[in-house]
Amino acid sequence: MSNKMHLKVFRGDNSGGELRDYQVEVDEGMVVLDVVHRLQATQAPDLSCRWNCKAGKCGSCSAEVNGKPRLMCMMRMDLFKPDEIITIQPLQAFPIVRDLVTDVSWNFEVNKKIPPFKPKPKNPDGTWRMMQYEVDRVQEFRKCLECYLCQNVCHVLRNHGKHDVFFGPRFMVRLAGLEMHPLDDADRVKLMREAAGIGYCNITKCCTEVCPEDIRITDNAIIPLKERVADRYYDPLAMLFRAIRGKNR
Amino acid sequence: MAFTTPAMRHRLGETTRRDGWWINPAAMALTFLVFVVYAAWAAIQSKYYTYGPPGAEHYTYISPFYSPPFQEYFPKVAAFKFFPAFWVVWLPIAFRLTCYYGRKAYYRSIMLSPSACSVGKGAGRGYNGESALPWILNNLHRYFLYLIVVLVIFHWFHFFQAFNFDGRFGMGVGSLVIAADTILLSLYVASCHSVRHLIGGSVDCFSCARAGEARLKAWEGVSWLNQYHNLFFWASLITVGFADLYIRLCAMSIWTDVRFF
Repeated sequence: MSNKMHLKVFRGDNSGGELRDYQVEVDEGMVVLDVVHRLQATQAPDLSCRWNCKAGKCGSCSAEVNGKPRLMCMMRMDLFKPDEIITIQPLQAFPIVRDLVTDVSWNFEVNKKIPPFKPKPKNPDGTWRMMQYEVDRVQEFRKCLECYLCQNVCHVLRNHGKHDVFFGPRFMVRLAGLEMHPLDDADRVKLMREAAGIGYCNITKCCTEVCPEDIRITDNAIIPLKERVADRYYDPLAMLFRAIRGKNR
Repeated sequence: MAFTTPAMRHRLGETTRRDGWWINPAAMALTFLVFVVYAAWAAIQSKYYTYGPPGAEHYTYISPFYSPPFQEYFPKVAAFKFFPAFWVVWLPIAFRLTCYYGRKAYYRSIMLSPSACSVGKGAGRGYNGESALPWILNNLHRYFLYLIVVLVIFHWFHFFQAFNFDGRFGMGVGSLVIAADTILLSLYVASCHSVRHLIGGSVDCFSCARAGEARLKAWEGVSWLNQYHNLFFWASLITVGFADLYIRLCAMSIWTDVRFF
């Protein structure tokens, strides 16, 4: 069972482009990425798209399908009505290299700015020990694929181009995973407030809505980090309490 | 490294989304508008905010907009006689304005920042979010939390009072309306992100923290409630307005409170 579906696919680069119309044969069980590959094979051999695992784990085939940031390999074609027009565009928060491929290298540079895991001193018995329930909490953040759909949909980056002052939700997740780790000893609160620009986030939760791994980015990562920044910089009572206890953290 | 993104060229509302992305923010904006207009009118009225059975010495129901009734507790302080609701309503307004969910709701529906995900804003680089005034003040949320806990205690006092009909235990529809308001407000406050942080979210190593196990259990409980924080936000907003309306209609003799016993 197959039918032809109407696709509008972005063709162009960062200087401009257009949505070009195609009619593509779609078979049962296909996902959007399959249709893009069929389009490449049959009508547009010069169409550029990035992909790798085709299993929703590598995060390479991120795109906007009918305006919604999705992994093309995880979006089934039977979600669409047979007569529906399907629009496929590249990510909109990064420079377009060509067609559906964007330059996401800015993210790799941001990642380098985050101090890595720094283990606490060992216990007297020479071991590090943590409980399963403490691991569970940070495990959620380890599910991140680095598909950058959250970075793409974040209006601070997407609509305001604040790449030089805001790390974006993906790296708030990484910061949360490190900051909440029971054995980590580094302090990243100053970084979160200043270089990472957590104050730019106005918690409108688009990042959470698009995460293919269902990480509760806003509630479990960004807001807890904002609260830690508030502890340090915006809460005179907490500052007084720390001063009395003679602690810096 | 600053660069121009493709989306920065999009006009306000420009998108290739084909779903009804505008319905949710429009519904939220309409709800806010109705509530703000009604609440302002009800707060300025300064009458018809209590109701008791005919002939009773003391009222049974009091509007949540006027609870606690400072004018009753401090009759000699002249200030409380003018717009008595003013001394109460600023606090829930401040708490809701700085609430993490409330922020999402009004940033999306009122300020269109953004109105919906992957919808154009027609805006340039002039955006500071919550890193500068005035929105940086949202970091004071926890202080409004401390104060609103006191308000919730008064609500529970008036909850029990709503079952006290001139010294006798009873129940009317108004008792249930006030009960719904009190319970939903309590759940809204208990599920707050700041509560979640203060009760255990700030702890990295529960097994090494003082009272770590108790804090872990409390944090897990609040985390579960926190999933429904948005639901409690709207439900408590609607029930607080409805409780005032119900008591006002009874006090104005437009509606008769039905007594079950």
